[in-house]
Amino acid sequence: MIEVKISDTTLNVTACIHATADNACGGLVTFTGIVRNKTKDKAVIRLEYECYEPMAIKEMEKIAETAIQLFAVKNVCIHHRTGTLQVGDIAVIIAINAPHREAAFDACRYVIDTLKQTVPIWKKEVFEDGEEWVAAHA
Amino acid sequence: MKISILAFGIVKEFFKAPFLNIELDDPMTVADFKQQLESKYPELKKLQSYMIAKNEEYADDKERLNQGDVIAIIPPVSGG
Repeated sequence: MIEVKISDTTLNVTACIHATADNACGGLVTFTGIVRNKTKDKAVIRLEYECYEPMAIKEMEKIAETAIQLFAVKNVCIHHRTGTLQVGDIAVIIAINAPHREAAFDACRYVIDTLKQTVPIWKKEVFEDGEEWVAAHA
Repeated sequence: MKISILAFGIVKEFFKAPFLNIELDDPMTVADFKQQLESKYPELKKLQSYMIAKNEEYADDKERLNQGDVIAIIPPVSGG
């Protein structure tokens, strides 16, 4: 089972866990990405996320499908936020389960690492004295 | 041919708009298109990298653009 979602409202870890419910799975791994209060030594006020939604959904589905092919996992749920996020808000949740835990751990790392490389979502960090699109410049 | 171009993130600031409708020569590959775009918007060359998406899929330099395609400029992504 694959569930991917882009949302402009608060994400919920329990909802992602429920989405993967499967009695054949004994191991569930979740990853939660949270807005941190600083980048290097600069205080972050908020993040603004933007998304090319139809393509982001397709790319997230591809990652989930690949995770199921590469690892012995059964269900993958990926929820990603857009809009303005404050420090401490949840930006992304990944929930993956498998009959055994090793595959779920490996697949979860694969999914978040790949998402960060390929899914067309962008964040702008807003500091007290300016703002910057993350990773845009070398 | 007429092509719609979607801009995201920092590219929206370069274009000063979320999209452009432009007229391009036919045939045109992704590589030709990038070159043409960079001459009009030299800020693109200062990016770490950027990709072109054609109809919601990443397109490599050899791919051809066709009338009616939806093209998006994808600056370095930073989700998660």
